[in-house]
Amino acid sequence: MTDHALHSKAFHEAIAEGLLIGSRCLVCGNISVPQRQICPNCHSDQMERIQMNGIGTLATFTVIYVPPTSMADAGYNAKNPYCVGIVALQEGPRISAQIVGLDLSDPATIKIGMPLKQTFVVRGEGESAKKFLAFEPA
Amino acid sequence: MAKKLSRGVAVVGVGMSKFGVFPEKTSRDLFVEAFQELRQSVQKGFDPRDIEAFYMGNFTSDCFENQAHLAPIMASWVGISPVESTRIEDACASGGVALRQGVLAIASGEADVVLVGGLEKMTDLPGAKVTDALALAADSLFEIPAGFTFPGFYAAMATAYLDRYQADPDALLRVGIKNHENGGLNEKAQFNQSIKDVMISKQRKAAQKGLPIPEWADEMAFLKDPKANPMIAWPLRLFDCSPVSDGAAAVLLVSEEMAAKFTDEPIFVVGSGQASDGALAERASLSEVPAAAKASKHAYEMAGLTPDDIDFAEVHDCFTIAEIMAIEDLGFFPRGEGWKAAMNGQTARDGSHPINTSGGLKSKGHPVGASGVGQVVEVWKQMHGLAGERQLRGNLRHALTHNVGGTGQTCVVHIFEKRN
Repeated sequence: MTDHALHSKAFHEAIAEGLLIGSRCLVCGNISVPQRQICPNCHSDQMERIQMNGIGTLATFTVIYVPPTSMADAGYNAKNPYCVGIVALQEGPRISAQIVGLDLSDPATIKIGMPLKQTFVVRGEGESAKKFLAFEPA
Repeated sequence: MAKKLSRGVAVVGVGMSKFGVFPEKTSRDLFVEAFQELRQSVQKGFDPRDIEAFYMGNFTSDCFENQAHLAPIMASWVGISPVESTRIEDACASGGVALRQGVLAIASGEADVVLVGGLEKMTDLPGAKVTDALALAADSLFEIPAGFTFPGFYAAMATAYLDRYQADPDALLRVGIKNHENGGLNEKAQFNQSIKDVMISKQRKAAQKGLPIPEWADEMAFLKDPKANPMIAWPLRLFDCSPVSDGAAAVLLVSEEMAAKFTDEPIFVVGSGQASDGALAERASLSEVPAAAKASKHAYEMAGLTPDDIDFAEVHDCFTIAEIMAIEDLGFFPRGEGWKAAMNGQTARDGSHPINTSGGLKSKGHPVGASGVGQVVEVWKQMHGLAGERQLRGNLRHALTHNVGGTGQTCVVHIFEKRN
């Protein structure tokens, strides 16, 4: 395992390959997503990169009607809002991600705790197309 | 256990510009306005040449005004060069952190007279660019790619809070109504209007234009009308969000032993605490702000006080849910009870815990770098009986300010004491 495997950019490089990665501390076993070079629990630097199983539950969410430029460019607006949430992964850590495959007409029907599985969304077109982590109902 | 400051620190003067939208002004004009008001507020006067250090809270003049390195410029503009001048950037907590640096500079013995400023000129940029600039306060690698915005983060915290405590979402609207009520009595406020007045002025405008006049039973009906109060990030609507603002504020700090040279009525900084945190997703709980609890615990310990000793507080209500979480994080109400306090008037001017008598960020405005310093202006006014129609009754001995950067990656809390 090279050092680069734990660098911050490795997370998005893995996403581009369709993988959700994290790290496990070889001293205390703490798992982090995204991956860390120093264990936030015991401060060890004996870390290994791991692949997450991509299964989790919805910890919280919002539906965004006024998007930032990047999401507006991807076609979202007040009439076409999107859901973004925080997902509690089965292995323990939480991660922020877009949540797709939900009916957004009444956000009150979306429930915290609902089971989710990893997927990916592509935003942008042609050469600027980029793959992003997302989750959908399991 | 937090130590006492090794030397006492007093506030001897404050000033602020009006907060709002000022296309004709730059940040220099706003800061000069705040500085001039500060000069007039110092009872026995002061010579700007006595200032030994200057700390300036500013989030991102780089983005908003294409100007970095702001502190020496502002020092020059108020005529205090070559005083050491330092810009402090901790997102929306920049002002509160600048205040803490000023307090520590005096407590350390390094300086006796310190100017603390806060400043942001946000409205020159179009709205979408402002949103993008504010988003720089979040984690650009692991939060922004998910699609989060700042209203979105606080909306997600609101969703978690409402779910965890099965709270009534009307509590959010109640925070906005209360803060606009207070801001309506503050001539420096950007929205110097109660929600009821906003409602009536919308009806008047419709009548003037010959359009059908919208009807709402009361403020709650107005705030629940998606046309009058559109959803920004569910469950937060437009009136749950603080505005984009221009403004500046300034505070003069001196060592306790020198205070009497400046005024017979100083207020003392008796507690100061600051804490940090990682991205929102990393936190054990999404319905509270741990760094705020930690910063306030430190400040209370330093002051030798408890939340019950605080007579009133200015808290960082960048969004309505933020005020509800803050009054719990600061220990004014138990976990899960903050929303009830908002519903039943306990945080109003005549309630048990008056919160944001200035109108808060919500109504007074949120020029981000200025907000943490502007809070001290309200503490000063209330403690000196200068708050006009929004003046609290009784002997106000202790007040608290709470300033947050991002979603709570930075939190800074100060406690003030009036002794005479």
